[in-house]
Amino acid sequence: MSDAESADAGAADPSEHDQEAVDEDADTDAYTGSGEKRREDAALLSGRAEYTDDREPPGTVHLAFVRSEHGHADLEEIDTSAAEAMDDVLGAYTWADVEASPSPGRLQPPGLDRDVPAHPVLATDRVRYHGQPVAVVVAEDRYRARDAAAAVDVEYDPLEAVVDPETAATDSEAPRLFEAAPDNIATTAELGDRDATEEAFAAADRTVSIDLENNRLISSALEPRAAIGEFDPDEGFTVTVTSQSPHGHRRKLAHTLGVREGEVRVVSPRVGGGFGHKGHHHPGEAMAAWCARELEVPVKWTATRSGNYLEGAHGRDHRTTAELAIDDDGTIRGLRAETYASVGGYGLGSGARMPVRYGRLLSSQYAIDAIHCETRAVFTTTAPIHSYRGAGRPEAIYVTERLIDVAADELGLDPVELRRRNLISPEAFPYETPVGATYDSGDYEPAMDKALEAIGYDERTDATGADDGRLRGVGIANYVESTGGGFESGLVRVLPDGDVAVYAGTHSHGQGHETTYAQLVADALERPIDRIQVSEGDTAAIPTGTGTFGSRSTIVGGNAVVESAEKVLAKARRIAATELGVDSAQIGYEDGTFAVSGANDSVSAEAVSGADETVSFEDIADTAYGWGLPDDLEPGLESTTFYDLDGAAYTFGTHACVVAVDPDTGDVELERYFAVDDCGERVNPLIVEGQVHGGVAQGIGQARYEQVAYDDDGTLLTETMDSYGVPRAADLPSIETDSTVTPSPLNELGVKGIGEAGTIAAPPAVVNAVCDALDITHVDMPLTEEHVWRAISDQNEE
Amino acid sequence: MSEHQISLTVDGERETLTVEGRTLLVHALREDLGVTAPKVGCETSKCGACTVELDGDVVKACTVLAVQADGKTVRTAASDTEDDVRSVVTQQFHEQHGLQCGYCTPGMVLTAADLLRENPDPTPSEIRASLKGNICRCTGYTNIVRAVESAASELEGTAAVAGDGGKTAAVDGSAPEGDD
Repeated sequence: MSDAESADAGAADPSEHDQEAVDEDADTDAYTGSGEKRREDAALLSGRAEYTDDREPPGTVHLAFVRSEHGHADLEEIDTSAAEAMDDVLGAYTWADVEASPSPGRLQPPGLDRDVPAHPVLATDRVRYHGQPVAVVVAEDRYRARDAAAAVDVEYDPLEAVVDPETAATDSEAPRLFEAAPDNIATTAELGDRDATEEAFAAADRTVSIDLENNRLISSALEPRAAIGEFDPDEGFTVTVTSQSPHGHRRKLAHTLGVREGEVRVVSPRVGGGFGHKGHHHPGEAMAAWCARELEVPVKWTATRSGNYLEGAHGRDHRTTAELAIDDDGTIRGLRAETYASVGGYGLGSGARMPVRYGRLLSSQYAIDAIHCETRAVFTTTAPIHSYRGAGRPEAIYVTERLIDVAADELGLDPVELRRRNLISPEAFPYETPVGATYDSGDYEPAMDKALEAIGYDERTDATGADDGRLRGVGIANYVESTGGGFESGLVRVLPDGDVAVYAGTHSHGQGHETTYAQLVADALERPIDRIQVSEGDTAAIPTGTGTFGSRSTIVGGNAVVESAEKVLAKARRIAATELGVDSAQIGYEDGTFAVSGANDSVSAEAVSGADETVSFEDIADTAYGWGLPDDLEPGLESTTFYDLDGAAYTFGTHACVVAVDPDTGDVELERYFAVDDCGERVNPLIVEGQVHGGVAQGIGQARYEQVAYDDDGTLLTETMDSYGVPRAADLPSIETDSTVTPSPLNELGVKGIGEAGTIAAPPAVVNAVCDALDITHVDMPLTEEHVWRAISDQNEE
Repeated sequence: MSEHQISLTVDGERETLTVEGRTLLVHALREDLGVTAPKVGCETSKCGACTVELDGDVVKACTVLAVQADGKTVRTAASDTEDDVRSVVTQQFHEQHGLQCGYCTPGMVLTAADLLRENPDPTPSEIRASLKGNICRCTGYTNIVRAVESAASELEGTAAVAGDGGKTAAVDGSAPEGDD
């Protein structure tokens, strides 16, 4: 329990938590809830911080991939002899070499109904996407490795490609990727009740529908993926890798290499952004490790930007037809969606199953009696699809929040009013949706009203009156975000001098865990924050954990470290009781000092200062590791918690924006963007706001600029940052934020995750605004000048 | 491959090394000299993570050949912050939470400091325009703009930005391009 909460509890009921309740200032002194500046920053600002590619163990050599030039082709012949003959080249390898080694060489199986092979580290006899690794070369330095890769001669027999998931699944002429999937369908899924939904549609006054595309994206973390493989015959592998999930990578690497997990140590130093992409297992880290064993030297692989874009994993890429059953008074009765979701050329780990669950958020913030969602995950000759910030959540909310605007237009109702009439009421929580999600807590209307007021929604007619020839529009999107799945490890270890070392199985790649966890543990132990050190990212030092993705770190990792701190404090209290010759029930604790108190009384200031009846936290730490402990106490002062959240915590909010569209050019300016988010209690509001900013920026990126494009032959056209539209500073508005606080009842801290909120809310908010400005039903993302101009032209022709 | 011996000063250290004609400055710094403050994000001069100062000009070290830096002085974000502008900018990035993963940050800080030397009182849109060569995927730029604005306020009227505007002109287009 945080200081803030325990002090409040103490004030309400003095018999509880009496020792903490004494200090009236505990609230204001708490680190939790304060905008503590990040302790990570100094090393990052000075460039001292070490990322994977900054490390260079002695003797390191470099690996480069030979990648498929075709989207779909049979491999006829691979000739590595010219590469091998070059100076400073140590080796060149193909699938034949992997197959002859002790390693299975296939990445984590996709776990699909269809019996299709897992992604091989190097292509076996066919390539199924442009950029698929075909061979590797290893040379003394990066330049020579690339020269050698260029000298590998690969003969292909090109096959027909198919890049659109709906075409791949429905066109009988479409090329087939795998024998075992004759219709290219990797897996299908249904959520909700089909019959009940049909009944709801039959009973409703009317039906509105929409066809939409959720555009394919690339996470575009600024640091490309990289790995350094090292092998010691006695100690096994050490793989330094750009990972969001070091223990996940340990398990997956062990599988691909064909060794036990105990033979693999994964180290992940600073990570330069991830957004999902660095939680996946790709051939790069596996081949760096594999080559290190072959060559008995450290082997480094660092993706080039184009290599990174070619190999993926990419995100999104859905085609959806959705309908809303609605009564004339605005009551939503049912929703159904049919989706074709691309898997890419191989199911990459769990990525292929991601679309199966996407529909779980289709209820958004609304009480809808019946929902049915049918999804087909489809192989296409494109890079694998996996989780990208949001990972199914943005796809679902986009469907619902677009449908509602279409319905409002159809009914002649204000889209805000239509939303308001259907919001789940605050009394309805926990609320179970028809698609299997149970929302833990929520109070949607205050957040929506805050956003509307901030954006000046009621005065918007004035805003559209500005006469510069541009069309104004206002867009609103409500959202929910499921956060906090799975377990996480948190170890709190008090060192003999009273310093506290915290280890968590999550791995920060920009989220500021070192600061957030230090705040939480400092409060739980009532220690100065500078006595707390936080470490992540080394499987040799940290209890097995899960990692950082799905907006989960504060909620599961944060609660794990707090629970461990509480266990540590309980043991420290027992030691103090022994030292002071009383029962532990008689030990009070405040600001680093244990003191004897009456069993039912508060610790008085006098008692705390009484020299004979107090002992410091440092003294207890020293005792814990000394010789004088009584027999019934085990030496040491540390605790590990594997925190497992029961269910998911649902963050929510409303985002609103104002756009100005130039009807002559299709240019869109985002004049305002305002986000109101409720992620429960905020441990560090500064960091939370930063997460909202970043998520919104990526959501606006999806809405306005970003689109992975393949041509009909399966050639990736957006291979660089020239052609793929990562937003720059001048492309984005200043993002304004506000909050409401509805704690989660599922965890002691009352927190919910916030990492993905912006990517969920921004796309529908922006598209709704542009549709409002142009008075059109729909335009697909990204809202480039061309897309918008065409939408205007189409409308003029009608 | 042709090889060349070059000498340059990097963050105050005099260095002599042999490079190929094709070697990019960023790779010479990172791989030959172990100077890793400049990062590689794209290799096509689009992201700005490799930004350094070359004889006082802010450049992308992936668009400069190492041989072109012969006889010159390179300063990275890891160099001592001798000038007040960069040290104030750095401090304000911290205060305003203008960084998350930190990968773009060494380059971003150098570019932002250069802007303030040129234009001590930039508007938000001038700040955004001047940062167009530096991509940040984490922050959405809002707090980066705030950091530069706060640094400008703090530096207002100090010698660091008062007199010396044009002396450290940027090569990659410091003229802000309108209000987009």
